[in-house]
Amino acid sequence: MNPVTGGAFVLATVGKVVLFFSVLMLAVMLATIFERKVCGFMQDRSGPNRVGPWGLLQVIADGLKNLLKEETMPAQAVRPFFLLAPVLGILPATILFAVIPFASPLPTQWGLVEMIVADVPIGFLYVLAIGSIGVYGVAMGGWASGSKYSLLGGLRGSAQMVSYEVALALSLVPLILLTGDVRAPEIVSMQQTFTAGPATYATWFMFPLLVGLFFFFVSGLAETNRLPFDLPEAEAELITGYHTEYSAMKFSMFMIGEFAHVITVAALVTVFFLGGWDIPFWQGDNIRVLSDGTVIGEPTWWKTLLTLGAFGVKTSLLVLVFVWIRWTLPRFRYDQLMDLGWKFMLEAVTVYILVIAFVILGIEAVGIPAGGWYAFVLFLVNLALAGVLFFAMDRGTLIRGGAKGARPGGGDAAEGQGG
Amino acid sequence: MPGEVKVVERPRAESSYVRAAAKGMSITMRHLLSPNKKTQQYPDEKWELAPRTRGTHRMAVHEDGRAKCVACGLCPTVCPVNCIKLVPAEDESGERYAAIYEIDEFRCIFCGYCQEVCPVEAIHLGVHYENAEYSRERWVYDLERLVEQEHDVTALWDPQDPASQ
Repeated sequence: MNPVTGGAFVLATVGKVVLFFSVLMLAVMLATIFERKVCGFMQDRSGPNRVGPWGLLQVIADGLKNLLKEETMPAQAVRPFFLLAPVLGILPATILFAVIPFASPLPTQWGLVEMIVADVPIGFLYVLAIGSIGVYGVAMGGWASGSKYSLLGGLRGSAQMVSYEVALALSLVPLILLTGDVRAPEIVSMQQTFTAGPATYATWFMFPLLVGLFFFFVSGLAETNRLPFDLPEAEAELITGYHTEYSAMKFSMFMIGEFAHVITVAALVTVFFLGGWDIPFWQGDNIRVLSDGTVIGEPTWWKTLLTLGAFGVKTSLLVLVFVWIRWTLPRFRYDQLMDLGWKFMLEAVTVYILVIAFVILGIEAVGIPAGGWYAFVLFLVNLALAGVLFFAMDRGTLIRGGAKGARPGGGDAAEGQGG
Repeated sequence: MPGEVKVVERPRAESSYVRAAAKGMSITMRHLLSPNKKTQQYPDEKWELAPRTRGTHRMAVHEDGRAKCVACGLCPTVCPVNCIKLVPAEDESGERYAAIYEIDEFRCIFCGYCQEVCPVEAIHLGVHYENAEYSRERWVYDLERLVEQEHDVTALWDPQDPASQ
């Protein structure tokens, strides 16, 4: 069965855009109630439970409230940018979803429909490019509000996002070294087992690229401006930072943007490191569409549904980890944040890339073909690296309170500003 | 010239971020999974109030429905915030009764002196706390309203422990 072409392709794409956007917005709604429920449970409360069953309709009540509230416009605000900022906050997180494969391809009578909105050849380079745009919403919202708290929040946000962007992009380089391809569906296929076609690694990349997963996840936390990296918001110092002056639906859009970003990062981690829509321990769902249009495996509609479920479960678990971290860890100090980004993550990721590159060179020199053993050797190397990493972090002074060198007479603060 | 900052070196087990973070994560996960939630579903599930709780007033009545008050004037005298307004009157048989008896519950500090001083055990504080009104005037309870109240009256002493020990 060949992939769809022509008019059917256009129709299928429009359908997917509408469907995935609605699913994302629904997921954002559920994520807000999920976060409040989980945080309540963690604090031995029961969370929202008055509106609807288990408080599920609370999101609708909140949405209605936000729609009906007064839209304020501060006198100092720069109107066009003030209005544009929430849009820029919500936009990158939603359009990132275009390159994420949700499920195995769906066979229809017109051909095979891949469950991805846009299978662009530049794949996750698009992710990195669009992810960087997120900083405009924060910076613009902070500046256009005409409030010093907002401005400080916006500045902090842009400095932080630019800093961690570097580590985020670099942490994906080992993935390219391994797959040799940047297309998201191809990365998912590389993590599955096939009897025919080009060689794959037969295991989720969380094993052969364990340390890479850690770096990507930490940078992702920083990119989404969530605790322990929520310095742009920092209620205690900056009220709520860049969205202090926003009210009603404009504020709500920033929140939707934040949650959409969380879901997007969770989905990206799923695709890159947790096998995407792959169902573990079952080879029946392994379906691969090669670039010349040949299809390996047997796509059926129920497999599409099952793999969609697997993708949803993995992404939800990652969102749970995000929420779990948020309600546990306290916020970093600003100099710690910058130190972690520039003095630790950047170096560590660079060294990691070099090590992985040399190991891959070594494995190929020894002559192990791409596959399970190849991944296993890399996994052992990663275990060793993870041991070294955590040993170093445990003894590191960067994020250690009260240690010598953590705060040498205020010199760090100036350095942090420069970052 | 910057001053010398004394830096206290703490043992690694105390100051390690990684270990502290792992410990914190395990604590929050334990609480997330624990079924023992502390929330009280308040309007559905109410507090059990102590018998000596002092809340809004209630007037005791005779069997025929008349208020027990003899308008002796002790309660407005003893009231530290002057929230009781009493105008006495006498009926044909020479019995004193309160022509006007009003308590401003908004001003009341619920000290309970009126109940303690009352010689005929007419005015009582009540075991009751859920009060809400749309206007301040509604907070002034007149005699009729005080008689209508149905909640338990405050006990002056705990029957199990009369000497309060």
